[in-house]
Amino acid sequence: MIKRITTPASDEQISQLQAGDMVELTGVLFTGRDAAHKRMLEYINNALDKGQEPRDSLPIDLKNQGIYYTGPCPAPPGKIIGSCGPTTSYRMDSYTPQLLDLGLKIMIGKGQRSPEVIEAMIRNRAVYLVAVGGAAALIARCVKKAEVLAFEDLGAEAVYRLEVENLPLIVVIDSQGSNLYQTQPSQ
Amino acid sequence: MREIDTAVIVETIEKLCMQACYQLGDDVKQLLKQAREREESPFGSWILQQILDNIDVSREQQLPLCQDTGMAVVFIELGQDVHITGGSLTEAVNEGVRRGYQKGYLRNSVLTPLERKNTGDNTPAVLHLELTDGDRMKITVAPKGFGSENMSRLIMLRPSDGIEGVKKFVLDTVLQAGANPCPPVILGIGIGGTMEKAAYLAKKALLREAGRPNPDPQLAELEQELLQKINAAGIGPQGLGGGTTALAVHIDTFPTHLAGLPVAVNVQCHVARHAQAVL
Repeated sequence: MIKRITTPASDEQISQLQAGDMVELTGVLFTGRDAAHKRMLEYINNALDKGQEPRDSLPIDLKNQGIYYTGPCPAPPGKIIGSCGPTTSYRMDSYTPQLLDLGLKIMIGKGQRSPEVIEAMIRNRAVYLVAVGGAAALIARCVKKAEVLAFEDLGAEAVYRLEVENLPLIVVIDSQGSNLYQTQPSQ
Repeated sequence: MREIDTAVIVETIEKLCMQACYQLGDDVKQLLKQAREREESPFGSWILQQILDNIDVSREQQLPLCQDTGMAVVFIELGQDVHITGGSLTEAVNEGVRRGYQKGYLRNSVLTPLERKNTGDNTPAVLHLELTDGDRMKITVAPKGFGSENMSRLIMLRPSDGIEGVKKFVLDTVLQAGANPCPPVILGIGIGGTMEKAAYLAKKALLREAGRPNPDPQLAELEQELLQKINAAGIGPQGLGGGTTALAVHIDTFPTHLAGLPVAVNVQCHVARHAQAVL
């Protein structure tokens, strides 16, 4: 059975997702990968140093939102977006706990996460979902709207605001910390 | 002396960049279809079907198979009776890549390693030039994504580690990589030579028709043994369990020094892109 979720996601929606669920996601997602994460953390840490609210330093309010780890190809004429499959998530691990503490609820990527990320996910009741790596043209068809929201100078690594419809995903780590990568291959 | 003008080389590389990124080879597609028929894991077979659907959408819509359109690795086998006219070969290769990535709406992923400043046009390409007999020029463009490149490894084994040491290193590499390189993968393995020769052999082994065994029966047997062991480990498509972790294992060897046993494993995701032309 496929579960449907919409973003921004309520805590109740998140808590119903379990590792191993197949999901179709509809709603808003922000893109962000290596360079955007690095910059967001610089902003957060600068704000903290100055005794300011870190949430206000970011170009996006992460509360109950989802970040999709992708760096899309340029959109050809007449297309909403170029191919946009997931990139490998572990490179974002060192930046992730602080974003979760600011209210980030959904991360979409591929591959393993660190114990620190999983701990922060449990603490903040967040989920990690994976999209099929390398199915990037197929995934682009689920994107109904795309605009650059911040960090335009980063090119493919800029933060986009996407509106997606029925994006097929698998819940790999749920808000209890149950991890499909650890349970599934041994079965 | 046969003359080849750099303008022709630029045009050829431009086309090959786009072709490689939109059209997966039938050899890989065939292996994926066979894997989907065999795959028992429900996640695994669903994922393999998504991958196969993606190949069709990509070809029909001229959209890149993967958003990571890679760093352009260009192999040129240059006949020694060819004379290149009209400018520098290296510049022609880079110009071809520049144009191909721009016209094809492919992603510019190349940047300076420490400052992380994007070069803006996906150049420079990594150019491997080999001098061969004859008066032809064979160009292969193999855009390499870094999800799988990052999981590649090289080791200088001791001679006493022998073939068992090689097998262990290959298996460890795949197990450690898990879901990260987007399995099912194809492995290019270089054994012997020097450090850089092993890495080059591994990369070049990925250009072989997927699943075609090494002509040396002993190496072909080693390829099969490794393929079976890797698939028995159960990592499966995208690391979510199943019998399809690798589609093929390609090994190439070269004589090495009596004190060493270099082994390089170049991991390639299922988007195993390469396009070729002969001038």
